[in-house]
Amino acid sequence: MNVQVKQKIAFSILFFCTLLVIIPVLVILVIIFAKGISAIDISFLTEMPTNGMTAGGIFPAILGTLYLVLGAILFAVPLGVLSAIYLVEYSRENILSRIVKLAIVNLAGVPSVVYGLFGLGIFVLFLGFGASILSGSLTLGIMILPVIITASREALESVPKSFRIVSLSLGASKWQTIRHSVLPHALPGILTGTILGLGRAAGETAPILFTVAAFYLPKLPTSLFDQTMALPYHLYVISTQVPGIPENVRYGTALVLLLLVLLLNLAAIILRYQFRKRKKW
Amino acid sequence: MVETPTIKISIRNFSIHFGDTTALKGLNLDIHRNEIFTIIGPANSGKSSLLQSLNRLNDLNPVYKKTGTILIDNQDIDTIDVESLRTRVSIVFALPFPLPLSIFDNIAYGPRMHGIKNKSKLTEIVEKGLREAYLWDEVKDRLDSPAMNLSGGQQQRLCIARILAVEPEIIMFDEPTSGLDPISTARVEETLRILKERYTIILVTNNVAQAARVGDRTAFLLMGELIELNETKRLFTMAQDKRTDDYLTGKFG
Repeated sequence: MNVQVKQKIAFSILFFCTLLVIIPVLVILVIIFAKGISAIDISFLTEMPTNGMTAGGIFPAILGTLYLVLGAILFAVPLGVLSAIYLVEYSRENILSRIVKLAIVNLAGVPSVVYGLFGLGIFVLFLGFGASILSGSLTLGIMILPVIITASREALESVPKSFRIVSLSLGASKWQTIRHSVLPHALPGILTGTILGLGRAAGETAPILFTVAAFYLPKLPTSLFDQTMALPYHLYVISTQVPGIPENVRYGTALVLLLLVLLLNLAAIILRYQFRKRKKW
Repeated sequence: MVETPTIKISIRNFSIHFGDTTALKGLNLDIHRNEIFTIIGPANSGKSSLLQSLNRLNDLNPVYKKTGTILIDNQDIDTIDVESLRTRVSIVFALPFPLPLSIFDNIAYGPRMHGIKNKSKLTEIVEKGLREAYLWDEVKDRLDSPAMNLSGGQQQRLCIARILAVEPEIIMFDEPTSGLDPISTARVEETLRILKERYTIILVTNNVAQAARVGDRTAFLLMGELIELNETKRLFTMAQDKRTDDYLTGKFG
């Protein structure tokens, strides 16, 4: 067998493997879209559920998920980015920093239900926030923290060392160097981490199960200390806990969750693209 | 010598270690104000390590250790805060490292970090720096274009302009022309001769002929030791040490 034929075979295998990755995504999208699109109209998106959630809209769940994702991001991004800056720029390579890095990697592998129990123990009971948007956001925030720290660290480490040396050699302080010569170039990578975290925070059910999510609420939340409905939990409830929900409402809810995550991701991707365009090396 | 030169930098019994490796052994030398002091020697002779000790860039290396003192204007560099030391003692690296910014922003970077925000003041500093580095005529119409798009020689002069913008006293060149063609090299050397009027210049070079062309005094380092130091002309015409003579005539290194 000559080199060209081998190359063609290798290329074909790689190509089909890549194609296989797309198939499940497409199938899921097509099924959910086909079965759920008939449920979606303006009133489904903007109205409260009625008749024991068998009719009406899912507005409170959409709003609740938005609140939770926003809360988680507001909490996790500053904390995660600052920790990453500390780890990459300030801490010296020693046993402690290695343990911290190992802990972060392992935190990423903790099952989400464990985060839920942790949130219940710390925020709901010990700190007395109760089952509330605050508790839920903090729990989701801690869950996505490792993703954001890891992505931010990689982004910071990928900024060429010469940028730092040049900046320092011009008499800039260490913080000025980080602020003006490192962070701007690490932003696209940090945003990628944020996108990944965002999708996870929006979709997880277990962490909000014990900390915030309500089965059904007749009113919208008015403060950080209120419970709220949320899309993933609502989907779980109407799929398994309440009989007689029309199929298109269940798939419609799943479709809304999917579109919401895609929309949030899209916003972050556009932002990242804007930053990348300014990159000049 | 008609006048006694003023001593700008005084290096006393200075040694550098990186972990278990010794990069420089008990160096003693003085560098005069407004001279071009060239340092020659083969690879690993401690030339670059010395430069990076002068503006304390070596402090970034966790395994760096030093003994002895370096005085600038009779002040120990360890007692000067590191930001103002690095402003006074600038370095041009072997490879030009433009920041991924426009030409203007590259040169304005240093002044901005030192608190200058006024746009017209910055414009003035940028133009002055570019003129002094002989780059102004080539880039004056495209100050907003990325510095990365310039040629190698232009980038190196941009780095010189960037340093002039922070108004240093001493400029160190670490093999500044090793990646440049002969014409760009000649331009940089010409710049050095003019800069010497107002700055103290230390030039580390692998190129012996370059030392002969531009140096006022030349030091020969070998394996971290100062072998010989003399006025460039004397060093090149009558080296006292056989190793210097061998190096200059290309028998090793």
